[in-house]
Order: sequence, then C-alpha cells, then structure tokens
Amino acid sequence: MLVLIGVAIVVIGFALRFNALLVVTVAGLATGLAGGLNLVDIVSAFGKAFTENRYMGLIWLTLPVIALLERNGLKEQARRMIGRVRAATAGRVLMLYFVIRQVTAAVGLTSLGGHAQMVRPLIAPMAEAAAANRHGELPEAVRQQIRANASAVDNIAVFFGEDIFIAIQSILLIKGFLEQNGIIVEPLQVSVWAIPTAIAALLIHCTRLALFDRRLARNFATPVHKDSR
Amino acid sequence: MIGLEALYTIAGLMFAAFALFNLTDRTNPRRVVNFAFWMIYAATFLFGAMLPHFVTGCLAITLALTAGSGKLGRGKTEERRATALERRDVGAPRLGNRLFLPALLIPAVTLAGTFALKHASFIDTKSVTLISLVLGTLVAFGVALVMLRDSPVHGLREARYTMDAVGWAAILPQMLAALGALFAVAGVGGVVSGLVTTWMPVDSPIAIVVAYTVGMALFTMIMGNAFAAFPVMTAGIGLPLIVHQFHGNPAILGAIGMLSGFCGTLMTPMAANFNIVPAALLELKDKNGVIKAQWPTALLLLVVNTVLMAVLVFRY
Repeated sequence: MLVLIGVAIVVIGFALRFNALLVVTVAGLATGLAGGLNLVDIVSAFGKAFTENRYMGLIWLTLPVIALLERNGLKEQARRMIGRVRAATAGRVLMLYFVIRQVTAAVGLTSLGGHAQMVRPLIAPMAEAAAANRHGELPEAVRQQIRANASAVDNIAVFFGEDIFIAIQSILLIKGFLEQNGIIVEPLQVSVWAIPTAIAALLIHCTRLALFDRRLARNFATPVHKDSR
Repeated sequence: MIGLEALYTIAGLMFAAFALFNLTDRTNPRRVVNFAFWMIYAATFLFGAMLPHFVTGCLAITLALTAGSGKLGRGKTEERRATALERRDVGAPRLGNRLFLPALLIPAVTLAGTFALKHASFIDTKSVTLISLVLGTLVAFGVALVMLRDSPVHGLREARYTMDAVGWAAILPQMLAALGALFAVAGVGGVVSGLVTTWMPVDSPIAIVVAYTVGMALFTMIMGNAFAAFPVMTAGIGLPLIVHQFHGNPAILGAIGMLSGFCGTLMTPMAANFNIVPAALLELKDKNGVIKAQWPTALLLLVVNTVLMAVLVFRY
C-alpha cells in the first residue's frame, strides 16, 4: 500500500499546481523509498530511464527549421493562403486536418503530422487566420483556444486512427500480451475492432468543432464581404 | 553504423548551442541559470551512453530542482520581434507557397526513409523511424537555408527563443518515463490491480465491463501512458473476469480496452508529450489548455467504448 504514495503525490501535486517536473521527481523518489530501494539505486533508476528515453527529446531538432521558416514568413504565408479560401473557418480547417490525420494514421502513416512538424507551423496559423478572416481580429484568449484545439485535433485523430493499422505498437502490444497468456490472435482480428470507436471519434469531435465555429460566429460579428451578399 | 547515439550527438550539440546563446543574452538577468540548465541537458545527450546511470540521475534531478525553483529566466524579445516582422513581410510574398516546401519535407523524408532504409546495412534498423525523422529535419534545414539565403546561426538563435518558451516542459516526458520505471520496480501496478480485484463486483458482466474501461482510463491518467496501464488492468480484470469467467472475446477486449486507455491519455498532464509539450510549443498561457480542449471528446468516447465493449465482447 505504501508504494502508492507516489500516486498520491502526483495527484495532489498537480491539483495544487506545483511545478510538474518537481512533482514527478519527488513522486519518483518517494515511490523508490517506499519500495525499499536505497537512494543510490533510486537515482540510478532515474538516470537509466532518462538516458533510455532521450529519443523523446529528438523532436526538438525540428525547431531550427521551423524557426528559420517562421522568421521568413511561414505563418504569414499560411494566413495568406487560407485567406483565398472563402469557405474556410477555424472549425472546417481543423475538421479537414482531422480527417487527413486519422486516415493516414489508419494506413500506418503516423509520422505525417505531429505538433512540432505540422500543427505549430501550418495547421494552427491556418485555423487562426481562417477565424480572423471571418470575424476580424480576435482577442488573445480566443486565439489561444483555437491553437489548443489544433493540438487536440492532432492527438485525437492519431489516437483513434492508428489502431486500425495492424503493425502499430499498441496492436503489437495487445497481441504480445494475449500471447503471453496463452491466447493467440492475429493483429487484424484486433485492429478491426478499433474501427467503431474511430468512427465515433470522427463524428463526436467534428460535431464539437462545428459547435466551436457556431460559438465564434455568435460571439464575434462577421464582416460583410463586398461581393457576397 | 548510424544508430541512436549519432542522433543524440546532433541533438546534444543543438542544446549546447542553445545554452551558449542564452549565456550571451544580456536582456536576461538569469542567463547563467538558463545556460547551466541547457548545458546539463546537452551533456545528458552527448555523454549519456558513457556516464554511469547514477551520474545521469544526479544531472536529471539537478534539472528538476533548477526548473522547480522557478529560477529559469527569459530574455526580452520585443526588439527581436520588430526586426523579425519586417523580414517576414518581405520573405513571404517573394517565395509564396514555396515556403511550405521545407516544412513538408520533414514528414515526406521521414516517411520515405522509413520505407527505404528498412534494409540498409549502414544504419541501425531498429531505430529507422527516428533516424528518418532526423534525416528529414536535416534535409529540410539544408533546403531552407539555400532557398531563403539565410544563415544556420539565425535558425538556431530563433529556435532558442522557442526552446526557452518551452523550458522545463521539454524534460518532463523523460522524467515521467523515469517515474514509470520506479513505479514498475516498486510494484505499483500489482498493488493497484490487487485493490481493483478486491473491490470488484464479480457477478455482473456489465459492471465488470464498466470497471475495466473506466479503470483503464483512470489508471492511464495516473501513469500517463496507456501501454503501462494495459497489462495491469487486463491481467487484473480483463482476462480473469471478462474472458475466462464470462467467455468474452479477447481480441475485442484488447482493442477497446486500449482505446479506453487512450481516452485517459487525452485527459492527463502526465501524458506530457501529448498534452503539456504542445501547449508550450504553441505558447499557450494555460499549460492545461490542450487538455481542456480534449476532455469532452475523451469522456464521450469513454462512454462509447464502454457501450461498444458491453455490446460486442460477449457476442462475438
């Protein structure tokens, strides 16, 4: 029971909004001590996991490319491009990205997207620009909400798309775990059952994006285009 | 052979460059702290394979304490923005949509490399996706430099501002992995599954399905990772009760169980690389902004998953 102290520290620490990095470190130390490890072993466990998971930091290598492009007007160009599409709204831009991201993930192309590669340089500026073209300059809080929604679309679309592909890590994990317990299943038998939830995710999230558009339209007046009456 | 260590060296050099740019930033009164923070992080990348785990552990904890003490500063960026804006309005019209080319090269080369390098003898094929990602990044960087006639120093210096905006959130995914490892060593999973099974009503199949899907989501929220929750919950509830006692279909159990866990991933700051890092990357003031955009969809999908499981798992 005592080893659950780490879980308690995490829950309380996040609830009280302490620095997350500090909370996680303290929780790790406490869990190790409660589990009967000595301090050297605990610190070594930290070091081992930190070293083995350095691959998580490789995503930051994309920053200089994106910084260079943004310095030369990438976001402005994304805005200009979306400005030419009369039908574009923040919600519709994100719905289109949702469909593309989910379908490509379902055929195994999960690397065609991501927060650093697609959302920050392309999708978020397009969604923001589409909203600004419709409703004029938006308050910072609303623009932040649009950007948050862009990230959410990337996550939800890939989570509920990738499991349809038979060679994805999670399907292999399920297959491997069942095999260890003496149950043999083919990856395809598992992955077909991800399809109903994938469809539900598409319907639910796109409905929410449409409602988000409606909320924007209600709260911010639409400037009338000269030639669109 | 090109393997992960080569990629870590490249990343380490980049973090070291960020550290040096920080050191020379006179607009930041705490520039020495920032320098130390990124230099230590760079060292874990450059020398991680050689250092004893204990030393790396000390470095990691130093990073956490530095970030936790709130001593990381930020340089002033107003002047930089003014000069930068000028250039943007010149660059974008000149190049037009060609500006998108380098950005799209990253996913395109990653994808092509994943297929093309699968059987190459000179690379470590286990890490082919990551190697392709870094390759794509380097190709895109090269193309961007030629196309924009810009200098690599500018790219690195600008990237440093974004990196400082991300700050400690960059380290969080690795620290969470460490926490997960300690949970595993201390046997947290076993204790949780023990608790769950003692509190389970074992006579109603529907109640068990609900306990399994909701349990997957909750335990994923604690661990920050559905892959860590899946074996614990499935060994504790899924297999003994749903499959063995009530003859449910194990393939359906696994598929929908995992997806229930993903609903939890969308709702927890513990899944830092999906929720906290993007918030930092998009410069959101609210670090939980992405979670707030996700939770209604996540909760509805958890209900959908529970209903689907209840309807399907005993039928097929």
